[in-house]
Amino acid sequence: MLTKRIIPCLDIKNGRTVKGINFVSLVDAGDPVEQAAIYSAAGADELVFLDITATLENRKTLVELVREVASKINIPFTVGGGITSISHVSDLLNAGADKVSVNSAAVREPDLVDRLAATFGSQCIVVAIDSKQVDGQDLVHTHGGSRSTNLETLGWAREVENRGAGEILLTSMDHDGTKSGFANTLTSRLSQALTIPVIASGGGGTTDHFVEVFTHGKADAALAASIFHFNEIEIKELKDQLQAANIPMRI
Amino acid sequence: MKIAVVKYNAGNVQSVIYALQRLGVEPLHTDDHHEITTADKVIFPGQGEASSAMTYLRDKGLDKVLTSLTQPFLGICIGLQLMCRHSEEGDTDCLGIFDLGVKKFEKGIEGYKVPHMGWNIQVCNQSKLFTGLTNPYLYYVHSYYAALGPETIGTTDYIVPFSGALHKDNYYAVQAHPEKSSTPGQIILTNFLAL
Repeated sequence: MLTKRIIPCLDIKNGRTVKGINFVSLVDAGDPVEQAAIYSAAGADELVFLDITATLENRKTLVELVREVASKINIPFTVGGGITSISHVSDLLNAGADKVSVNSAAVREPDLVDRLAATFGSQCIVVAIDSKQVDGQDLVHTHGGSRSTNLETLGWAREVENRGAGEILLTSMDHDGTKSGFANTLTSRLSQALTIPVIASGGGGTTDHFVEVFTHGKADAALAASIFHFNEIEIKELKDQLQAANIPMRI
Repeated sequence: MKIAVVKYNAGNVQSVIYALQRLGVEPLHTDDHHEITTADKVIFPGQGEASSAMTYLRDKGLDKVLTSLTQPFLGICIGLQLMCRHSEEGDTDCLGIFDLGVKKFEKGIEGYKVPHMGWNIQVCNQSKLFTGLTNPYLYYVHSYYAALGPETIGTTDYIVPFSGALHKDNYYAVQAHPEKSSTPGQIILTNFLAL
């Protein structure tokens, strides 16, 4: 049986992880490769690296980082943040990234999704959607959630699926950072309407929240950052408890 | 030991090369007929689209080279599919090492997304490729699958049971990505290198 995936997310700035993580065994808290290795050993199913600076100067740094991660880590990983062009994606995939995620650039230039899928295959193109409720409507936001658009979240997700996205990374800006649970209703709407996998992000604070996002939310995968970084939930323990709750897990 | 990784237009193979390097092997990424024919082992990796991959292989004369090898050969992901007789992807005649058809997963079945993406169990038969493994979780990303057949040595279940792994003579193939499948994947690659 295909298992549900648990995905820690690492924020990268200038090739280093920010929000230092809280593992006693860590020699260098800012070393993304070392953190990736710890998560991988702990049973993470995939990793996401999000470049939060994403400037032109950092492009080379990010490619170097991808090369180093890919040479040492034997689970799949996605790289995102500021990706705007075919050449950038080509550099990242050739360095060993398994997937890339695009967000604001896809909203600005929807055709980018078609071109990326046609060039590299849908399986490595993730479209990240930041969604926030405005007057009762779920609307797509860009630029780290700071700019609102007129795009309705479900409609946009359908559109990028049709354009060739292989997966959706759905972040609820309303839930992100709250540790009050994932946006299960919205996640479930997307997951049921789409034929591609949906990764839920934003709001995971307890094991029960993860149970709910896989049951009520019908998510294919769940992503979280700080609760893993600060060891508030241990990945292995989380997966054991999810399995005990009859959610298929790779143990 | 000389390991050839077949170079063709099937996407990124860097991860396979890294995985081999982690096992202490420096593979040759090549489409040169002589290098492939004289290698101790040949790996046929990739992700991509079947018809353009087969066109490329035929244009380079690699279809004949790959089907006449005698050393251990390992196809990965689309490599496995191209080793079958025919693929529904682009209605493509493939290499025909395994007499099997490759079909597309049916879309729209409740509870099943396509592509089949993530970790799934492969039930393994007795094979040197699987020494030390019992029904491991492996990482899959694919929308097409090879049907079951007499050459199936590993069965994975997603919508339907399909060939997770195949073996005939010196030819082995796996649908999952061993290079991305953590320790079990590493064991498969180690076993292959030891054949």
